[in-house]
Amino acid sequence: MILNTNLKNIFLVVFTTLILSACSTAKKSGDLDGDVYTGKETVKYLAKGVPDRVFFATNKSSLTTASRATLRKQATYLRKNKKLNVTIEGHADERGTREYNLALGERRANAAKDYLMTYGISGKRISTISYGKEKPVNPGSSALAWSQNRRAVTVKVN
Amino acid sequence: MKRYFLALAIYFLSFNSLYALIEVDITRGNLDPLPIAVSPLHVDIKSVEHEGIKVKELGNNISSIIEKNFKNTGLFNPLKKEAFVQKPDIAHLKPRFEDWRLIKAQALVTGKLLVKDGKLKVEFRLWDLTAAKEMTALAFTTTPSNWRRVAHIISDKIYERLTGEEGYFDTRIIYVSESGPKSERVKKLAIMDQDGANTKYLTLGNELVLTPRFNPTNQMITYLSYFRNMPRVYLLDIETGMQEVVGNFPGMTFAPRFSPDGKKIIMSFAEDGNSDIYTMDLETRLVERITNHSSIDTSPSFSPDGKYIAFNSDRSGLQQLYVMRSDGSNVKRITFGKGIYGTPVWSPRGDLIAFTKMRKGRFYIGVMRTDGSGERLLTENYYQEAPSWSPNGRVLVFYRETKAGSKGEGFSATLWSIDITGYNERKLSTKTDASDPSWSSLLSK
Repeated sequence: MILNTNLKNIFLVVFTTLILSACSTAKKSGDLDGDVYTGKETVKYLAKGVPDRVFFATNKSSLTTASRATLRKQATYLRKNKKLNVTIEGHADERGTREYNLALGERRANAAKDYLMTYGISGKRISTISYGKEKPVNPGSSALAWSQNRRAVTVKVN
Repeated sequence: MKRYFLALAIYFLSFNSLYALIEVDITRGNLDPLPIAVSPLHVDIKSVEHEGIKVKELGNNISSIIEKNFKNTGLFNPLKKEAFVQKPDIAHLKPRFEDWRLIKAQALVTGKLLVKDGKLKVEFRLWDLTAAKEMTALAFTTTPSNWRRVAHIISDKIYERLTGEEGYFDTRIIYVSESGPKSERVKKLAIMDQDGANTKYLTLGNELVLTPRFNPTNQMITYLSYFRNMPRVYLLDIETGMQEVVGNFPGMTFAPRFSPDGKKIIMSFAEDGNSDIYTMDLETRLVERITNHSSIDTSPSFSPDGKYIAFNSDRSGLQQLYVMRSDGSNVKRITFGKGIYGTPVWSPRGDLIAFTKMRKGRFYIGVMRTDGSGERLLTENYYQEAPSWSPNGRVLVFYRETKAGSKGEGFSATLWSIDITGYNERKLSTKTDASDPSWSSLLSK
């Protein structure tokens, strides 16, 4: 009888652990592809259906398939609004040295700019600026926060 | 006969060392700090009040600063004043060595001062209590408002006499003062004495400022400012407050430092997303491109002889450290260890490079020889970077950030220092949160 209760307790503990870990993995895979953010929590829109930002993997400035789709939408929108100029702000997460992060933010902003240019948007309409790790959109210190902060954001200038 | 002579010579040597003056070995971590008594300086009764200065307290205050400086080195153990056995003026004439030895002191600092006719006259003596000898003595005159610097200069002289190395107390640290929530930090340039006193703010916080660094004469600062939302390297004259942008670059310039002769600024310039290293001569305005590579090249730092440049590049795929000649030739990668590396800073002695290392989610400050050999990690933490050398190459100052909660709560940025032995890690006191420290050279050199 005593043994039985003990076993029950152990079973209960194991069971809850399983549920908890299942929850955390589910959340992770919902918002991250590898370590690139795929969620919508921080995203704003230049117009309906035109997200303003793309996200990057740690230490990378290459564009993912999802990022390229977002930038093509931005290009279409910019082609329709010929007088609109934009600034692309490049950012890094807080897990790197400040100076390297400034360079990385610059590279990310330019990766987005170059892609818009290949879709016919004049480079004269697009300026870039890097903020490195200085302006996190999510001030937390978690994998999710860092993924939301590794970003290039297109901002209307006029 | 020859043998006899040799024996005599050895005897003479050991006899000599028996009575050698005390010395502090600072090449190892010092787990047995030297007990030192710093007597309050005797205030001459002829002293008169001077505006804003508590003259009667001055002798005590100067000795307290000296004590604090010594304690912070980790090399000295300043003894409590309650145990002192002689009055300051009498001890200064000639201490009763055996009495001071009773309280286990090995060295004694005594002094006296006079404030009169708008001048502060100070003299001090350092006594070796074991050998019962005066080791050094010095007198000087200055304006009374300089009294804190007097304490630092005395500290430097004593440190030099006891360690054989130049001191680093009469110095300042420039840094970025931080306030406000993590996602909207307000950042200002701030300058303070090495011990945290005399904090002054050099910018108002209207624009983001980063990475200030002194020129060799400590009168100018180069830093990154987002003035008008254009991140550019600036030059600031501390005395006049005059600011100017460095060069006429069509994009972001960042990561500036002075050349050892103070004539050039070396920095990164980002062109079409790619950062390379450039120098600009401040007099001729001549711009030279030093690296030309499709990778990120940044955080350049000259060797003290000006012949070499250490820098950070990801040309191998991830951040590593490289050294090249100052004209950009002969580029050599120097880091091959596990992890990635940033912020190389050449020691003022020329023998070491300090750096930040990142590995498995942890950040380290370390030193290595200039060819990358002999890597030693001094301190590990959640986030820390940007080491800057004390002018004698014995201590590093750097900044540390804490892990924040999901709303940014619990975040802080603070300045720390550590000996290159890896001992004596301590937090510097700053009025606000602080980052990006840069240590000046000795002011009174």
